[in-house]
Amino acid sequence: MTGAFVVERWTTASRIGFLVIAFAIVVLVAAPIVLKAGTLDRLTALFIYVMLAAMWNALAGYGGLVSIGQQLFFGLGAYFTVRLADAGLNPFASTIAAALIVAGIAWAMSHFMLQLRGGEFAIGMWVLSELTHLLVNLDRLVQGETGTSLISMNVYDPDNRRIAIYLLAFGIMVALLGALYALLRSKSGAAIQAIRDNEVAATSVGVDVLKTKRILFVLAAFGIGLAGALWLCSALTFQPKTYFSVQWTAYMIFMVLVGGIGKFEGAILGALLFFTIETWFGGTGVWYLIGLGLAAVVFSLFFPKGIWGAIEQRFGITLLPIGYRLKIIGGAE
Amino acid sequence: MLSNLIQAVFLGGYYAMVACGLSFMFSVMRIINLAHGSLAILSAYLLYVLAQKFNINPFLGLLIVVPVMATLGWILQRYLLDRSAKGGELLPVLTTFGIAIVLDNLMFQRFGADTRSLAPYIGDLSWASYALPGGLFVGKLQILVLMTVIVVIGALQLFLKKTQLGRSIRATAMDPDTAGLVGIDAKRATAAATAIAMATVALAGAFLGMRATFEPYSGTPQLLAAFEATVIGGIGSLWGTLAGGIILAIAQTLGASVHPQGFLLGGHLAFLIVLFFRLHRNRDAILTWLRVRTA
Repeated sequence: MTGAFVVERWTTASRIGFLVIAFAIVVLVAAPIVLKAGTLDRLTALFIYVMLAAMWNALAGYGGLVSIGQQLFFGLGAYFTVRLADAGLNPFASTIAAALIVAGIAWAMSHFMLQLRGGEFAIGMWVLSELTHLLVNLDRLVQGETGTSLISMNVYDPDNRRIAIYLLAFGIMVALLGALYALLRSKSGAAIQAIRDNEVAATSVGVDVLKTKRILFVLAAFGIGLAGALWLCSALTFQPKTYFSVQWTAYMIFMVLVGGIGKFEGAILGALLFFTIETWFGGTGVWYLIGLGLAAVVFSLFFPKGIWGAIEQRFGITLLPIGYRLKIIGGAE
Repeated sequence: MLSNLIQAVFLGGYYAMVACGLSFMFSVMRIINLAHGSLAILSAYLLYVLAQKFNINPFLGLLIVVPVMATLGWILQRYLLDRSAKGGELLPVLTTFGIAIVLDNLMFQRFGADTRSLAPYIGDLSWASYALPGGLFVGKLQILVLMTVIVVIGALQLFLKKTQLGRSIRATAMDPDTAGLVGIDAKRATAAATAIAMATVALAGAFLGMRATFEPYSGTPQLLAAFEATVIGGIGSLWGTLAGGIILAIAQTLGASVHPQGFLLGGHLAFLIVLFFRLHRNRDAILTWLRVRTA
């Protein structure tokens, strides 16, 4: 090949994408001025779904670590928030502190869990989550399945509290997505994608697989811990059964696989879709769940790369590029 | 204590009954079937309907339900799982997760939240027991479950070793492409394997309904116990699954004797301990572990 080439990290679409995102951020920050209380609560839920999807995607889509026990971190995030708030810490500070504790626990856990392969890891995480659920139930504060509440939130006026939680959730979501995006575009990002594509080959070119996986594992735990803590801030009651439910991971799997696994945009799109389905059909109870299940089956059969995968394949658009594109300029092509 | 241990072995037999289909599908097709528990509950409901509406004894009912579930398994593999498995190991997780949600909620829609049991339809079998010397009692149903699971696993092993279809299933499990080269129809082999797995699920559902109660969402705890038994016993080994089920049940029994809420805790701990020891028996794993420690 005689042509010269340049390495592109941005595309025109992605530049436009970034402008749109910047605009969306401004709009969403200003939104509490005009939006009703119910809408704010729903949007807070959406932000939490986006966090959950992005974190599960980081773990499974990039790290190749398929876990069906991520509710472990969701529940622990909420649990430590209740615990710290009970000890007298400000409830908002508790959410962050709780997530840091969860990250620490995940770091310790990773030494054992990351040695497991495939199915053993997936199920091992589930078992760990059930184990932790049972241990949390033993805490006097939680009183088994009766649960407890984030009482210290009562000092805040409900309207201000709602706005504060909304902004906190939004800020955390943007920060988490930003951190993940920066990570994926960094040198570790190249390592992460090498592992996703082929672990053995990645090792052979000098990628420290274990270290890279650990970064993702801890990051995912931290993000999901934050999501659990925020969910608690919004819902106020802590019942272990709701937080340690395998449903949470099921939703993560749904959002990521429907949106497009291993695609940064895919997880966000999946969360939006899940949120929309829930908003429209959530009221129909059982039939909503049946529809969700059917959607999961249909997507796994007909859109194996998810919606974003299909869009990317069809139109070649990348809004948030993390890779490198070679563009050949001049010369013989 | 001895009595508790004996009960635990029988409970382990039941876990193995639930787990052997899961273990079989996992080792042959690498499919993590999240709908396994829900399918067992579906079989239990089918037997319940047959017993309640048509007065068919659940044991006779199995003559209908086993073929129905096997056919369902065949269809499931042929038209859903085969297709999604092409997209990697993850997609079948989504497919079976979807199936589980659909099944659970359809059953809820149809049967409501009431708990049911097959025990009233099998005479005194659910509570009758044999007295053993030393004041021990062993339930007749428990003996039946344990014997059934031993027969089922033995038959599965023989089938895999001795028959043409069994050999083609094993070949497909090892390497589907090469199996195709030597003229094995991989689709037929995997569909047959799933049909067999679902036949064992029908038996598991029957025993679940006979020895306890069930409701539409009972599938998940069954699924978890089945996974634990499978992994403890070592993925890919059916006799291992039986051992795994028994270890799980003994650990739960020990846990319950330590603390009133220790039953499930004990099982989960045993699962993690077994995994830990298995890892560290492996020298490579120890070396990696040491490297991490010193790094």
